[in-house]
Amino acid sequence: MKISLNGKNTETQSRTLMDLVTGLITDQGLDLKSLVVEHNLKVVPSVAWEKALIQDGDTIELLSFVGGG
Amino acid sequence: MPDKQTDTLILGDVEFSSRLFTGTGKFSSRSLIPQMLEASGSQMITVALRRVDPSDRQDNILNYIPDTVTLLPNTSGARTAQEAVRIARIAREAGCGRFIKIEVITDMQYLLPDNHETLLATEILAKEGFVVLPYMMPDITVTKQLYDAGAAAVMPLGAPIGTNRGLEMKPMIEMIIQVSKIPVVVDAGIGRPSQAAEAMEMGADAVLVNTAIATSQDPILSGKAFGYAVKAGRMAYLSRMAEEKLKASASSPLTGFLRD
Repeated sequence: MKISLNGKNTETQSRTLMDLVTGLITDQGLDLKSLVVEHNLKVVPSVAWEKALIQDGDTIELLSFVGGG
Repeated sequence: MPDKQTDTLILGDVEFSSRLFTGTGKFSSRSLIPQMLEASGSQMITVALRRVDPSDRQDNILNYIPDTVTLLPNTSGARTAQEAVRIARIAREAGCGRFIKIEVITDMQYLLPDNHETLLATEILAKEGFVVLPYMMPDITVTKQLYDAGAAAVMPLGAPIGTNRGLEMKPMIEMIIQVSKIPVVVDAGIGRPSQAAEAMEMGADAVLVNTAIATSQDPILSGKAFGYAVKAGRMAYLSRMAEEKLKASASSPLTGFLRD
C-alpha cells in the first residue's frame, strides 16, 4: 500500500494508524504521547488509532509540538 | 483608562495579570522553560507544531509548561492563510486550547509577516471560535481590518524576529496604540528589558519576548528582568507620566539663604 507519510511517498504494510504509529515507535523511539496524527486532513485522537483503517493513497502527517516563538 | 487596582488583561475569557508573553523557542534546555516562567511571571507562552523528526528523541515540550500557563500555539511555517488555518485546527484538536498566534510568512530573509494572508486567516479562525492573535506588520488600516475580522488583539512587530533591535517600528506602533480598539501586543524584535518597558510606557497592552530571554546566558534571570521591566513600564503608563520640556524646571527651591 502506498501512502503519503509526512509528505513522502511511503510503502506500508500497516493496516491501522495504531499499527503504523507503534511500528515507528519501535523503529525510531518516538514519544507516543507527544504525537499528533492527521489522517487525510483530519486529526485522529489516540483512542481512535486502533480503528482508523489505512487505505491506498491516504495522506498521513505525524506531528508534534516543539519550541517556537 | 484601565482601573489601576485591578489592572489585568483579558483575552478570550482568560484574565492575565502578567503582561509579558513568552516563547519556547531557542532554549538550550527545555528544563529552563518552567523556571523561566516562574521567574518572569509570564502566564502565556507560544509553542509551534512540526512534522515529527525521527532523529529527534526529545520528549513532549508541553510537559514543561505548567497547567496554569495559557498555551499560544503559533502557525509558523504557514505561507498562506489556508495553511495557517490548518495548523490552528490541528493545534486545537490536539488539545492546545482556543488561542492561536497567526504567523504567515513568505519572506524568508527578514521573516516579515504577510498582512493580507494573516487577515484572511484571522477572519476564518475567529468565526470558528478561536482567540486569534495575529502577528502583523505595523499598519493602521490592517489593524482596523483585523478588529473587524474578529481578532482578539493585534501583534505588531517591533523589529524582525530574533534581531533584538527593539522598537524600530516605534512611530507606527504608537499610531496603532492610538487607534486600536483591541489590545496591542508588541511581538518580535524586543531584545532588552528597557525596550519592553518602553513599549509598555507607550501604552502597549503586553509584549511577547522569546529570543532575548531564551538566548541570554541566564534565561531565568533574563525572564525575571523582563518581568520587572514590563511591570515598571505598565505602571509608568498608568501613572500618566509628566511631559518633556525644553527648559529646565527646578525640583528644589532656588530662593535660598546664600545670597540676598
